[in-house]
Amino acid sequence: MAKYIGLRLLQSVFVLFGLSLLIFFIARVVPGDPARQALGLLASQEQVERVREQMHLNDSFPVQYYYWLRSLLHGDLGVSSYTRRPVASDLAQYIPATLELILFATLISFVVGQVTGVLAGYFRNSWFDGVSRLVSYLGIATPSFVVAILLLFVFSQVLKLAPGIGRIPIMMQPPPVRTGFMMVDGLLAGRLDVTVTALKHLLLPAFSLAVIHIAQEGRITRTSIVETMQKDYITLHKVHGIRTSRILFKYLLRPSIVPTVTVMGLDFAFLMSNAFLVETVYMWPGFSRYAMTAMLNKDLNAIVAVVLVIGMTFALVNLIVDIIIMFLDPTVRLRQGGA
Amino acid sequence: MQDTTKANLLAAWRQRRRNLAHGWYKYSRNPLSVLGLVILVLVVFVAIFAPYIAPYPGHAKAYTNFRDASQAPSAQHFFGTDRIGRDIFSRTLFGYRFSLMIGAVVLGLGVAPGVVLGLIAGYRRGTWVEVVIMRVTDVFLAVPPLVLALAITAMLTPNLINQMMAIALVWWPWYSRLVFSLASSLRNEYFVKEAELTGASQRHILFREILPNCFAPIMTKMTLDMGLVILIESTLSFVGLGVQPPKPALGTMVAEGAKRLPAEWWSTIFPALAIVIVILAFNLIGDGLRDVFAVEDV
Repeated sequence: MAKYIGLRLLQSVFVLFGLSLLIFFIARVVPGDPARQALGLLASQEQVERVREQMHLNDSFPVQYYYWLRSLLHGDLGVSSYTRRPVASDLAQYIPATLELILFATLISFVVGQVTGVLAGYFRNSWFDGVSRLVSYLGIATPSFVVAILLLFVFSQVLKLAPGIGRIPIMMQPPPVRTGFMMVDGLLAGRLDVTVTALKHLLLPAFSLAVIHIAQEGRITRTSIVETMQKDYITLHKVHGIRTSRILFKYLLRPSIVPTVTVMGLDFAFLMSNAFLVETVYMWPGFSRYAMTAMLNKDLNAIVAVVLVIGMTFALVNLIVDIIIMFLDPTVRLRQGGA
Repeated sequence: MQDTTKANLLAAWRQRRRNLAHGWYKYSRNPLSVLGLVILVLVVFVAIFAPYIAPYPGHAKAYTNFRDASQAPSAQHFFGTDRIGRDIFSRTLFGYRFSLMIGAVVLGLGVAPGVVLGLIAGYRRGTWVEVVIMRVTDVFLAVPPLVLALAITAMLTPNLINQMMAIALVWWPWYSRLVFSLASSLRNEYFVKEAELTGASQRHILFREILPNCFAPIMTKMTLDMGLVILIESTLSFVGLGVQPPKPALGTMVAEGAKRLPAEWWSTIFPALAIVIVILAFNLIGDGLRDVFAVEDV
């Protein structure tokens, strides 16, 4: 098993290396002078020349890439031409807000997706199955920015059930940053009001992110439940008079969790990319909104860093998912773990 | 001699017609797939004939009429008007033109190289050719397509051409991966072995023996992907990295309208629904095809 994980890690490193080459290449073939962009229009030609020299822009492409990779491995992602601060510290500041959002969305989509999937599968062809099927079709067909705008419009602006944009109201004094998770920081500072307000602000954007995944996971669970229901042991349990709820959540849910976990690994990356839109709509001060701002301002260093961070997260999450599945599913463990 | 060829061709043609009829029968058993097809035909129709159907075709360009600005939906303006007085219904019809065109061009540009690379890699599995092609594919699949497409368009100048190129660039690897897995199992089939033994060229084996057997999954995936490409296209336009105003892309219209929520809800809700409807149609059709062709994992 250690060998298998090691092999996977090696593969991920190779893929990330390729990704850095690809994204660096694109960033360098873009028309425009990166030195000029970093300095702004007011800088003199000599200043630009000096910075070109510092950034190794006069060297050939492989040499440039070598210097860039070397500073990358030292944790230096360059300076953002938009915020004028090191990209690495920018990222460290903005990532917790996005993690808070994504983890919450994952939780919502897992719970709601499982429950609706199990019920829809068990009560197949009932009205509940029909409605959840319709909703899941709509959920998959709706871009995340449309979901975000619709939810903001209906629940915040028309019904006034939820607060609008941001993590906490502007008037509210934020707690000192320790973990970067607003809800946790509120608790650590002993300010319950912040935690509750932060939770309320989190609900709509997290749900906007979760909708498409609720739809997908619900359908996968339903398919798996329908399959498992035809197994003889379920019939046997029914004949023995075991309670429906016990059959549902013990004997039907467990086998359906494996495909769901597989999909959740893939979903994590899609949550990160959909967060670009949801954070933009909700003005959520997170990594994805930072990334979006960087892209709209042609902030090359930040764009490259953002793509690499997402690629790294994707690789890491997929590895974790594979390991979890090895523990959940004995057949996979025997097939791959033996090596 | 000639008569038998003719008879064979005729028989083959009859068989093909029977297959089509049978396929359509299976497809039409699912009312949702038929609904998807009906929606799609309607959308394509209004997109093609937008200049004749739209009540105000001039509003699809730079046009201002502040007297009619920000009007709620009415008999004159089914979807209302935007803040500079353009008819949103007309602009939505023209917006469909961009969505469908971008979807078709992106798949046209992306599918062909993806399929060819997948065929070669699958047929020559275990050689360095396969290693190179599939590892490059992995690199492109290492980040979600939306992120890569956003990053590429952001670094280039945002316009229609660059948007289509960026999406096509992130789209081909999905096809090379799909066709790779199909081709690498098909190459062990007897008809491929037979072609090899009779000395058929590699081109013949790839394109005449293996490719026709990949047709069903590719078609199904392309249908589902039309929905996905339109989704990504609308997302790029939404953030301002796609078709530039005053051209009416649906995503751009949603973004412009969102600034005027909640008062002028119609200027964002209707274009948003238009996007959902066309993506839904492609998904329904794709699901129907998946059942007809009995393909999984697409």
